[in-house]
Amino acid sequence: MSEIVERKSVPLWIQIIVWVLLAGLLVLVGSTLSKRQQGSIRPGDTIPDFSLTLFSGYEFEGKSEVRLSDFAGKIVVLNFWASWCKPCEQEAAELEEAWKFYNGDVMFLGADYVDTEPEARTYLKKFQITYPNGPDLRTQLSQMFRIRGVPETYFIDQQGVLYYVKVGPFLSLDEIKSIIEQKLQ
Amino acid sequence: MLAEFGYGVLVVSFLVTVYSGVAAFFGVRKNSASLIESARRAQLLTFPLITVSSFVLIYLLVNNHFEVSFAYEVTSRSMPTYLKITAWWGGQAGSLLFWSWLLAAFTSLVTLRKWDRDIEFLPWVIVVSAITLAFFLFMIIFHENPFTRYWLVAGNVVESMFKPTVEATIFTPENGRGLNPLLRHPGMIIHPPMLYLGFVSYVIPYSFAIAALITGRTDDRWTRITRRWSLWAWLFLSFGLVLGGRWAYDVLGWGGYWGWDPVEIAAFMPWLTGTAFLHSVMIQEKRGMLKQWNMVLIILTYALVIFGTFLTRSGVLSSVHSFANSPIGPFFMGFVTLTLVVSVYLLIRRWNDLRSETEMKSMLSREALFLLNNLLFIGILVVCFWGVIYPLISELATGFKVTVGPPYYERATGPLFAGLLFLMAVAPFSAWGHSTLQTLGKAIWKSTLASFVLTIILFFTYTQNLYAIIGFFLVALAIFSTLHEFWRGTIARQKTQNENFFTALSNLMMRNRRRYGGYIIHISMALMAIGILGIELFQKETQGTVAAGEALNVGNYTVEYRELASWDVPSDDVNYTRAVLDIYENGIYLGQLYPRIDYFYDAEQTMTIPGQRSTFRDDLYILLVDWQPASNTGATFKIYVNPLVNWLWIGSLLFLLGIIFAAWPDKELEPVKVKPSAQQTSAAD
Amino acid sequence: MKQNKLRITLYALLLTILFSTLSIQFAYAQDDIPTDDEVNEVAKGLYCPVCENTPLDVCPTEACKQWRDVIRTQLAEGKTKEEIEQYFVDYYGDRVLAEPPRTGLNWLVYILPPAVILLGAVLLFKNFQAWTKPKKTESVSSQERSASSSSDKYISQIEEELKKRK
Repeated sequence: MSEIVERKSVPLWIQIIVWVLLAGLLVLVGSTLSKRQQGSIRPGDTIPDFSLTLFSGYEFEGKSEVRLSDFAGKIVVLNFWASWCKPCEQEAAELEEAWKFYNGDVMFLGADYVDTEPEARTYLKKFQITYPNGPDLRTQLSQMFRIRGVPETYFIDQQGVLYYVKVGPFLSLDEIKSIIEQKLQ
Repeated sequence: MLAEFGYGVLVVSFLVTVYSGVAAFFGVRKNSASLIESARRAQLLTFPLITVSSFVLIYLLVNNHFEVSFAYEVTSRSMPTYLKITAWWGGQAGSLLFWSWLLAAFTSLVTLRKWDRDIEFLPWVIVVSAITLAFFLFMIIFHENPFTRYWLVAGNVVESMFKPTVEATIFTPENGRGLNPLLRHPGMIIHPPMLYLGFVSYVIPYSFAIAALITGRTDDRWTRITRRWSLWAWLFLSFGLVLGGRWAYDVLGWGGYWGWDPVEIAAFMPWLTGTAFLHSVMIQEKRGMLKQWNMVLIILTYALVIFGTFLTRSGVLSSVHSFANSPIGPFFMGFVTLTLVVSVYLLIRRWNDLRSETEMKSMLSREALFLLNNLLFIGILVVCFWGVIYPLISELATGFKVTVGPPYYERATGPLFAGLLFLMAVAPFSAWGHSTLQTLGKAIWKSTLASFVLTIILFFTYTQNLYAIIGFFLVALAIFSTLHEFWRGTIARQKTQNENFFTALSNLMMRNRRRYGGYIIHISMALMAIGILGIELFQKETQGTVAAGEALNVGNYTVEYRELASWDVPSDDVNYTRAVLDIYENGIYLGQLYPRIDYFYDAEQTMTIPGQRSTFRDDLYILLVDWQPASNTGATFKIYVNPLVNWLWIGSLLFLLGIIFAAWPDKELEPVKVKPSAQQTSAAD
Repeated sequence: MKQNKLRITLYALLLTILFSTLSIQFAYAQDDIPTDDEVNEVAKGLYCPVCENTPLDVCPTEACKQWRDVIRTQLAEGKTKEEIEQYFVDYYGDRVLAEPPRTGLNWLVYILPPAVILLGAVLLFKNFQAWTKPKKTESVSSQERSASSSSDKYISQIEEELKKRK
């Protein structure tokens, strides 16, 4: 790129502008491409602190907003779902069972991805879900995790490091348990 | 066995392409005529090779070879044979093969004809197109192979070209997933190949331009040689865009023809620069000016073709049109970078050789107006490009996606399109070299007056909308001025040649096809503008749920819901739900319309087919949105009244006639020596 | 008696609670249910958050139907178009709007194209001046020539071109 033959014809500053614009365009497109190719956050990545606003009735210890840092030292299971998503229904009951099974030792969070509140509430009621749930406002969380669809579930260990990503619904309660047991002391 | 054969032929054609590029390069470097001839023969071999490979793929598609992954993805048992053939370009891998096939065909055409005449350019043309072709073949062979098959390995289905393990057996699914129903439309059968034809045709003018830059023969030769190529490329691209619009109108079910979708814009951008090029290249031919600018335009056009293809195929942009996320991204990115960097580098190096021979004399001369036209086209390009690129910048800078949608494009391009209409009206009256306000005014006052009268009539009878009035005035001005131009030329000829009016007109047009074909295109553009103004400014719509016997009203129309039926057609693997509607206008019964929803079982997808009634005045366009299956009494309809939209399609037809008229091959004017053998082969394919 | 009064107040209390919780559904059931056209009017300016580049009024998916119902509910509650748009932005992000909001970096969207076109126009005009100026005297004389014999000139021009073609 740098080997421009020096000629009087095109003023140097125009050449520089042209090359800078071209390079800028390529960098822009290239980095967007690499972002698209990356897919979701990978196991081993440390998850930056995030907050989740909760639906009323699905608060955590009275708080209507929770942060990841609130649960340091615990395994956090973050599940993305939506009421219009059929496969999500397959795993809804299992997730609730797992939440009850660990009885607070493992934190479960539900992030409702681009959904409407009435439908979301109907869904939560239908599957009798009790763990904290809230809308993914402005799709901030889903963009941070670069999810590809719903359902997707992220397992974050006691140190805040992602250690497992499940794409698609869980097939059984045991599957959820076995992933949690990997890191549960 | 067949799949391996097809793949093998593809690998061979890749090697041959690489050889032809390398041989041409060294042949011209070492001044070896035999090496160049060898490169040419290798190049000519690529077309039959890729044809064989394509035939193999088509055979697999037509004969339900679902063990081949591409056949599984785009065909199913219920699809008719012609659709199975067109499924060739219905998926990423196949369409890349189609693209390569076209490229090989076009390059062969160039090297077969007039080899001796253009001998100083052609080796470089071979190099440039061989690099392009090799790149596409490489992508097919290593990333998007249409011949990979499914294998059963220890109970799991694996996709692989060759037997993955010794004990693996071929796995053949019972039925394929079938082509996306949206693509099973007559318009869709020709829309993509037309676009691809247009895209690929631009490789040829680009190759010649690059050849001119490399060899330093930067006079008019390359534009003269590629004049007809760029015209045909433009024809295909325009045809593809128009067909796409019609397809969207018929199939996508939102009452429109153009949604300012990033992928649509990606195809529209090369059209903009291509159109600007068609105009400005005339200045170069007539006046020897703007050589630099023409070089910029043709390079930009090709760059936009490649860049647009890259954006939509790599998953950088996503939309209804784009192919799913694909592994070709990084490699394609490399090719785009190579193309852009080399082109810009060569352009800067040769900039000084491209100086104009003469100078502009008047701001009202035709060349000056052409430059204004170029400014407007580039302006529209800037708007479009920025609208496509900005969401990427925003996502990268702030982490959030934004939509840049129709309101932005409409507001920004509206005045520019109006400016183009105005130039269309004025330009025919300005002379090459010099014009003054006086001569221009003298020529244009009649059509201006006629347009004023017409607009005033419209104001009192049709609309008081300011934008519509301005738009209709400009449309009228463009049409009247162009017709006046035909008239003037014919009368002048009648006087001097003693011909009757029609002979004079036809001789006038036949003697200068490009100019008068161009004027036909201008008139058709103005007609299309009528349709666009109508649908953009006067579209009416309503939606409602009605029980049988109830009616919905929109404009002067009354739509009464009669009945609804839903049935399966097993041979098509489709469920049809069809409503019957009685249509009245001001209480007068007009007939029935049947909006439909088709559900395709193989693809698990629905398609909404509107009920349409078209007249020159307006289109009644009805969609079946929803129905209650249980009671079968209520159904929801969305009704559009699209005024004047038919003029868009009428204009499009005239437009095609105009381009074909302009681009139709004349008898050879220059004396050219052509080898008799080469002539024969070119006639054979 | 007193017990009765208590009971009535209890009932009244219960009723108000019921009313307040059901008020949304009640608004629904009243005559002023927003029509499809009113819903579409708002939906037209919004983009489906899951399907790319599809306006909400024409998007056929199940999710979009739900969003149209949200618009309907909010219209019934008396919210304006702007308030509903704001609600969608808060919930689903800026990308639901047909155009980026005019804030911060997004101003670039609206400023850059006109600026570039203006720059192009200025450059073009400068070049025109550079091209035309030195030849001023010559161009004046040619103007006179062309003005005096414009129609004859036109015919001869056509003839000239026709001859070339032959």
